[in-house]
Amino acid sequence: MRHVLSVLVENEPGVLSRVAGLFSGRGFNIDSLNVGPTLEQGVSLMTITTHGEEQIIEQIVKQLRKVVSIIKVVDLTDLKSVEREMVLLKVNADDAKRAEILRVVDIFRCKVVDVSTDEITLEVTGDQGKIQAIVNLLQRFGIKEFARTGTVALRRSMQL
Amino acid sequence: MELTGAQILLESLTREGVKHIFGFPGGAVIDIYNEIPNYPVQHFLVRHEQGAVHAADGYARSTGKVGVCLVTSGPGATNTVTGIATAYMDSIPVVIFTGQVPTPLIGNDAFQEVDIVGITRPCTKHNYLVKDIKTLARTIKEAFYIASTGRPGPVLVDLPKDVMQTRTTYSYPESISLRSYNPNYIPNRKQVKKAARMISKAERPLIYAGGGVISSQASEIMSRLARRYSIPVTATLMGLGSFPGNDPLWLGMLGMHGTYAANMAVNNSDVLISVGARFDDRVTGKVNTFAPRAKIIHVDIDPTSIRKNVSVHIPIVSDCLNALQAMEEELDALGDVDWQAKHDSWIKTTSGWSSEHPLRYDEGKEFIKPQYVLEKIYEITKGEAIISTEVGQNQMWAAQFYRYHSPRTLLTSGGLGTMGYGFPAAIGAQVAHPDKLVIDIAGDGSIQMNIQEMATAMSYKLPVKIVILNNGYLGMVRQWQELFYNKNYCSTCLHLNPDFVKLAQAFGAEGYLVEKTEDVVPVLKKAFSSPLPCIIDIRVEPEENVYPMVPAGASLTEMLLV
Ligand SMILES: Cc1ncc(C[n+]2csc(CCOP(=O)(O)OP(=O)(O)O)c2C)c(N)n1
Ligand SMILES: [Mg+2]
Repeated sequence: MRHVLSVLVENEPGVLSRVAGLFSGRGFNIDSLNVGPTLEQGVSLMTITTHGEEQIIEQIVKQLRKVVSIIKVVDLTDLKSVEREMVLLKVNADDAKRAEILRVVDIFRCKVVDVSTDEITLEVTGDQGKIQAIVNLLQRFGIKEFARTGTVALRRSMQL
Repeated sequence: MELTGAQILLESLTREGVKHIFGFPGGAVIDIYNEIPNYPVQHFLVRHEQGAVHAADGYARSTGKVGVCLVTSGPGATNTVTGIATAYMDSIPVVIFTGQVPTPLIGNDAFQEVDIVGITRPCTKHNYLVKDIKTLARTIKEAFYIASTGRPGPVLVDLPKDVMQTRTTYSYPESISLRSYNPNYIPNRKQVKKAARMISKAERPLIYAGGGVISSQASEIMSRLARRYSIPVTATLMGLGSFPGNDPLWLGMLGMHGTYAANMAVNNSDVLISVGARFDDRVTGKVNTFAPRAKIIHVDIDPTSIRKNVSVHIPIVSDCLNALQAMEEELDALGDVDWQAKHDSWIKTTSGWSSEHPLRYDEGKEFIKPQYVLEKIYEITKGEAIISTEVGQNQMWAAQFYRYHSPRTLLTSGGLGTMGYGFPAAIGAQVAHPDKLVIDIAGDGSIQMNIQEMATAMSYKLPVKIVILNNGYLGMVRQWQELFYNKNYCSTCLHLNPDFVKLAQAFGAEGYLVEKTEDVVPVLKKAFSSPLPCIIDIRVEPEENVYPMVPAGASLTEMLLV
């Protein structure tokens, strides 16, 4: 099963490779990994999505907690949480296709961030489902380039 | 007080109470070596950096203190890796200081530059590159703190040369607290209560002790518990010495080369109390048939050890000592129980297994039996020596046929199985215990991996005894070839072994050759009373095997017996 882990780390050199090395050395999966600074100086937040059987996920969480540079690990999967990912996609868009692409942009409430005579670059934000849907729709026009941030997530304030 | 980095290092070592360090100099650490004579630490010059780490590790295992070593950058640092991994796998507190090229050169492929922090990341508990002298003192404090607390382990500190040369005001932190590192020492009382209740209902309880019992100083209380509640005890290789090997409740080691009684007891027990052990594959055999009738209580300070290999009924994350203390209180609270009577038939069963299939070997006709040598060493030393081992059959016979009376008397590479560990580890132990008899039980293969340390032993008059069980083979591998690979003895015959007696003499040490069974005892006695390091080369039965043996991946009950 897919799990989203929120991992607070000391922002020191090597912390990313401690985490990456832990996953590769123990044969755990990383589906996506996002890192960025937090509001507290010297502390970064990693959001890791992974999958595996429950016993494996338990090991991943425990092993992460054991890393000396890691401050806190929360498995957001069991909590109510919000998840987002941002994707930039460059799509073939000659005159014949442009109108239709812009319709899709409208429906999905994504943004056009760059245009040329034959390409459009779009910014899409959403959860995994939305991103998959838009990729499916745009594929027939030809997606030329594709960059995604990986999932970021926060637990919801109200845990019902 | 303004001090250079090198002075800060030595001053901090002094504050940590470090009296002995093992090391080998080089360009990147000359500044540090330049200061050593000014401080009350004694430096032991080894002959290979691997030896330095093993010596620090043997020092740590035999004392419980942190072992310290110091090496130069590049090849000095890479030579430590096997030693570090050995200490890591067995949770031994060691701090390794490595020299590094000056900070402006880092990343430039400078002479003798290597990313040792990157290399050792997966085999250290934690590691540091000190780029700024202002963080040096604190880093050293953290290194000792992390190495010695929680589940202990090696910590490496990489020291660029320029940082050792610059000056700053020195103050050493009194204490330390890290928001990201807080080992849990205190057991959850509810879990302990549940465990006590489970034990009180057990008919066939068994204690399975690991190295954690030794590192948390819980041997005494565990032994008391076992006796008070009449529970038989088995232990892993790392746990040997945690319970007296001459106690009637002692069943011997369990696992691949465990005793019949221990493995049968695991198989039949209804409550297995695992203390400071981690269910390693050499212990469990086939995991899904391990302890099939037992509910498992698992005490360990490291949460990752729990439910890693087997699922357990009552996990207790805690220091073993605190957990066992709490357990004793909870068991007492259950009121008057005649434990002896309650477990009487179970104890009879387990001792029945012990007498039915004790550890045994066929008497030697032509050759000396290695097991006999171990039995005699035990008799001569009355179990009061510190024994280190190499790896292979010699190690297993040392585990089986010498009886360890107290913790920290067996030094052996359990997790990594490092050939070449025993001799330098013995040197470290001898430094810490100048008045004790320290014996390395060696194989003819393993001893050649770090024999250069004989020069170290000679330099510091450390009278370590090396008993080579010389079978002319990489015996343990040959045993597997014999049993599972149609006797295809490819590359396991050591037909050109050196003359070990002359080798000893070349270093100025003593060498003895023993070829007859009747000479074993007199020669050992003579060597053990010599003030010099000795090699005792004992020619043993070449194709002797270690039994019992559970083939890899088989269940513990599928033992091959003698
Ligand atoms: C550094 C290292 N290399 C290889 C091995 C694999 N190995 C395990 S036991 C063994 C044989 C050891 O031979 P010897 O020291 O003569 O001991 P014996 O088994 O004959 O008692 C070998 C090669 C190892 N454990 N460590
Ligand atoms: Mg041999």
